[in-house]
Amino acid sequence: MEICRQSEALEIRELDPFLAELLRQIPESVNPKDSPAAEERLFSAPASAEEKELRAEWKLYVVPELRRLFQSATEIVRQDLEQLHCTKKPFANCMLRIPLAHAEAWLNALNQARLAIAASYNFTEHELCDHFRSPFGSRRDLGLFQVNFYGFLQEFILRETSACPDEG
Amino acid sequence: MSGRRRVDEAENASQVIGTSVIAQSTVETPTEKKEAATKTETQAPWNVVVHNDPVNLMTYVTMVFQRVFGYPRERAERHMLEVHHNGRSILWSGMRERAELYVQQLHAYLLLATIEKAA
Repeated sequence: MEICRQSEALEIRELDPFLAELLRQIPESVNPKDSPAAEERLFSAPASAEEKELRAEWKLYVVPELRRLFQSATEIVRQDLEQLHCTKKPFANCMLRIPLAHAEAWLNALNQARLAIAASYNFTEHELCDHFRSPFGSRRDLGLFQVNFYGFLQEFILRETSACPDEG
Repeated sequence: MSGRRRVDEAENASQVIGTSVIAQSTVETPTEKKEAATKTETQAPWNVVVHNDPVNLMTYVTMVFQRVFGYPRERAERHMLEVHHNGRSILWSGMRERAELYVQQLHAYLLLATIEKAA
């Protein structure tokens, strides 16, 4: 895999089918419906339990707004990922082009996915920092790899867009 | 009949007035107290606190602090490291409404943030 910045886009070239599949799973990963832990993390409380009124109002007014914002970011990412469905050869490497204007949406969706996966599997800080973990033995291991891979992409996007903070 | 009616009306009137007086004396005082309490509550400073989260990247958290609060990189990094090492950092203190707005913005970036009354 090769990742670089062009004038108006970030390009991920020579993307092998496995990593391409992990990217395709971003929109699915951000949906916390099946995981109360993920839902709780993505829509965390704004204050301690004593602030009942604020927490109730937050659920009523702010959470739906946040949900819309997150869905909108995920939708942009989903559309960009359509490029990965166009490969003529099923197991060929492919390329993904992320327009710089979509960088914010990617940062948000990748973050949603990382947080939702980490909350679902209840990864410890130690596990999250273990970058030399042995090959996958379970769906949980794959989840950890996803969190780290998405984090790597986030780092790249951050680095490339911080040079021009007004873009995105 | 009309005399009795007048008496009834007078009694009703006094009851209504009585109720009104009672209502005033029982309702107004707590309302005043509540208003005063609310005023004090909103005027007292509130802290915007960001809590540690092992998933969010350090560079990402720094970027969010810069964007939301307009802090220079050095200050944003200082807060990020405080969150990382101490588990939390107070990013801003001030009026409650603005503090809530900051927390909303931080949640939009998926940071763990809360407001709390300043000690």
